[in-house]
Amino acid sequence: MSSNDRPTSRRDFLFSGVALTPIALAPVATTLATSLANGDALPESAPSGGPLRGSAPAPDHPATADYHPAFFTPDEWAFINAACARLIPADEHGPSALELGVPQYIDRQMGTPWADGAIWYMQAPFFEAAAEFGYQSQLTPRQQYRLGIAAIDRLCQERLRQPFAALPPAQQDDVLKQIEKGSLTSADLPLKTFFSGFLLKNVMEGYFGDPMYGGNKDMASWKMIGYPGVRGDYLEWVGDAKPYPYGPVSIYGKRG
Amino acid sequence: MASPAKPVDVVIVGFGWTGAIMAIELAQAGLNVLALERGEDAATVPNWSYPKVLDEIAQSARNGLLQNLSKTTVTIRHDKNGRALPYRQIGSFKPGTGVGGAGIHWSGVHSRVMPQELRLRSHILERYGARFIPPGMNLQDWGISFEELEPHFDRFEHVCGTSGKAGNIQGQILEGGNPFEAPRSREFPLPPLTDPPTSALFASATRDLGYHPYPLPAANASRPYTNPYGCQLGPCNFCGFCSDYGCINYSKASPQTTILPLLYRMPNFSLRTHAHVLKVNTDSSGKHATGVTYVDAQGRETEQPATLVILAAFHLHNVRLMLSSGIGKPYDPDSGEGTVGRNFCYQLLDSVNLFFDQSVYINQFMGAGGVGQAIEDFYADNFDHGPLGFIGGGVIWGRQTGNGPVRGIPLPSGSPTWGSGWKAAVKDNFLHSGRIEAQLSNMAYRGCYLDLDPTYRDAYGTPLLRMTLNWQDNDLRMSEFFGERLSQIGKAMGAKSISGRVLKRGDSWDTRAYQSTHINGGTAMGADPRTSVLNKYLQSWDVPNLFVLGANVFAHGIGYNPTGLVGGLAYWAAANIRASYLKSPGPLVRV
Repeated sequence: MSSNDRPTSRRDFLFSGVALTPIALAPVATTLATSLANGDALPESAPSGGPLRGSAPAPDHPATADYHPAFFTPDEWAFINAACARLIPADEHGPSALELGVPQYIDRQMGTPWADGAIWYMQAPFFEAAAEFGYQSQLTPRQQYRLGIAAIDRLCQERLRQPFAALPPAQQDDVLKQIEKGSLTSADLPLKTFFSGFLLKNVMEGYFGDPMYGGNKDMASWKMIGYPGVRGDYLEWVGDAKPYPYGPVSIYGKRG
Repeated sequence: MASPAKPVDVVIVGFGWTGAIMAIELAQAGLNVLALERGEDAATVPNWSYPKVLDEIAQSARNGLLQNLSKTTVTIRHDKNGRALPYRQIGSFKPGTGVGGAGIHWSGVHSRVMPQELRLRSHILERYGARFIPPGMNLQDWGISFEELEPHFDRFEHVCGTSGKAGNIQGQILEGGNPFEAPRSREFPLPPLTDPPTSALFASATRDLGYHPYPLPAANASRPYTNPYGCQLGPCNFCGFCSDYGCINYSKASPQTTILPLLYRMPNFSLRTHAHVLKVNTDSSGKHATGVTYVDAQGRETEQPATLVILAAFHLHNVRLMLSSGIGKPYDPDSGEGTVGRNFCYQLLDSVNLFFDQSVYINQFMGAGGVGQAIEDFYADNFDHGPLGFIGGGVIWGRQTGNGPVRGIPLPSGSPTWGSGWKAAVKDNFLHSGRIEAQLSNMAYRGCYLDLDPTYRDAYGTPLLRMTLNWQDNDLRMSEFFGERLSQIGKAMGAKSISGRVLKRGDSWDTRAYQSTHINGGTAMGADPRTSVLNKYLQSWDVPNLFVLGANVFAHGIGYNPTGLVGGLAYWAAANIRASYLKSPGPLVRV
């Protein structure tokens, strides 16, 4: 796969016609300043977010505005926030990934065994193979994010003189679409795999996962699609093809 | 160096369904039984208590109940000339781990086997002739009859508290059940579960099309139930967390809910967890097992002497243990000789998503693993294969297993994968889409087999099991046939659009996307030691005090979910060990 994943002559095509006006990165804090105002507090010991840890109490929804990433650097954090804002944007359908704390979810996941590849077979030798043989890279999720973000920011810097996070939304969408299609590539790693196998997948997890993991603030994504969360008791309703009458419940027992 | 432990009568390797069945049956016979389980102990409380286990991130996204592949996995290639690569992440199949094994995270679809399937070669020869069998297909009989197994299927269903409706009791065809069903001795222990919307639509549409829908047998209890061991089940409440999850409700049959409460009270049974078995030990003759060697959590090797050895781990580990213990002759695909690893099979799953109008509520978040309506009009040889020219068949079902958004929200083809368009699509479709599937038999082929990988090793230094398997023309043509049926049924159910995955000619086995954990074969049972590893009692032809359980004993793939057959075979083997082997230890079949 990565033999095809090289910078291509499409670079001229890629951002042609797009203005290179620098746009200041909107800090996340301004978007989500309401969170702390609502009385949220970080727990004394933040849970890891992983299935194998996390005995410490978690907030029922995260204090995202005041969240200090444990894994991501400031530049990486800016990328994660900007990507979340585009992958699941704020619109008339419902809240954005940013509003629901998805960046915090991803950062907390970086502290779990999964992020080190600890639930995968990671013994050498590694070979490139047809996609249907599954993941054959020796990169762990942490490495995917570290290398993937750096490669995307470098491509954006080279061509548009701005890191991804500083680009206007339409340009950001364009970059993400080209990565997803496989037409924007990097010699450092298969960007398409980083995008589809990690970034997009983890954004969806954070958006739809239980709020105790740091995303899905107030179960807003569940309310958007009509998912009752962990109510887990439908004996009286299963035989009726009708709307289910109740809102969601989270693992911590909050009602939405 | 391995230090010896106190000898036991029976050592059981692996403590899921088959290990638990064999343990209680042999403990009740008075034997001193030790089970070795490489994973952790687990129980409904605290492991699967509400709401903790209803966690899509932990259980589905991070494979909480599945085998940690960093310890051991398999390698996979499509043919014997390819380079096998490790199955590095969970994808196409989901091996379990710990006490209860895959009996924890399974769905609960509880089928048997069709009598023809146990003698498929004979049946095909009788009905279609030898030329109907394509070159390279290792079709063979299993050396056992349905009638011999029926009491043991019945036993396992009554242990599980299986919900269903008989279609054939002792030859009498009954309204409401499966008219293609082989005769069963009595009714299911519990009546069918309530049909969720997908299943109700499926039943109505297939009936209108002239097919014969029936409620899929489910090891999800529809009523309160007390099984023959005195273990109690509560009625399933369709919580929607079944496949991938432990049951919060004591409703899904598992070793924990149906066997272990009684077994754990027996003083002649003991369990050792974190005990990873490296090999079966034999004496200098190679014809008698002396026990097993295992490694504990601290890495210490222990030699466990035993009079009788039972392999009861998951398919992969059972076959790997036979190969790395040097028991039986490994299969050679070039000469066709040898048996261990021969007839490795899987199953094909064609899966189609149906998208309905906004006025149609499917509510896919409700459901149970085994609940559904199914048809067997195209199962096994229930239909004339003559004009179709393929061998095999499958069950088509409209199940509603329960789904949540982290597990993935199916969308109509062409929907955006992110952005506002994607949001609009998930909002429009989540409550209004369902799924129908065809689960198909996979025949055995000369070129599909298991052996030990020459390159990759597990965390214990043992070579990984190597799978050489790909879809073959016979099976893919069958899949195309089923794709047409799925499309017909989906339209009749009123779907406004249909999309999904139907395997077709030219497709290869894609190890990434989950399709089923129903891998089978590799230590086939049979009547002929030249083509089977085990006799009909699941006893090793080579080492008579070794019995091997699991779907690895299948001689070829079947269209049904395998657990009912696996459990029935375990009871069959246990009954024969008790009735015959213990009285006169030695080969139960002489050739």
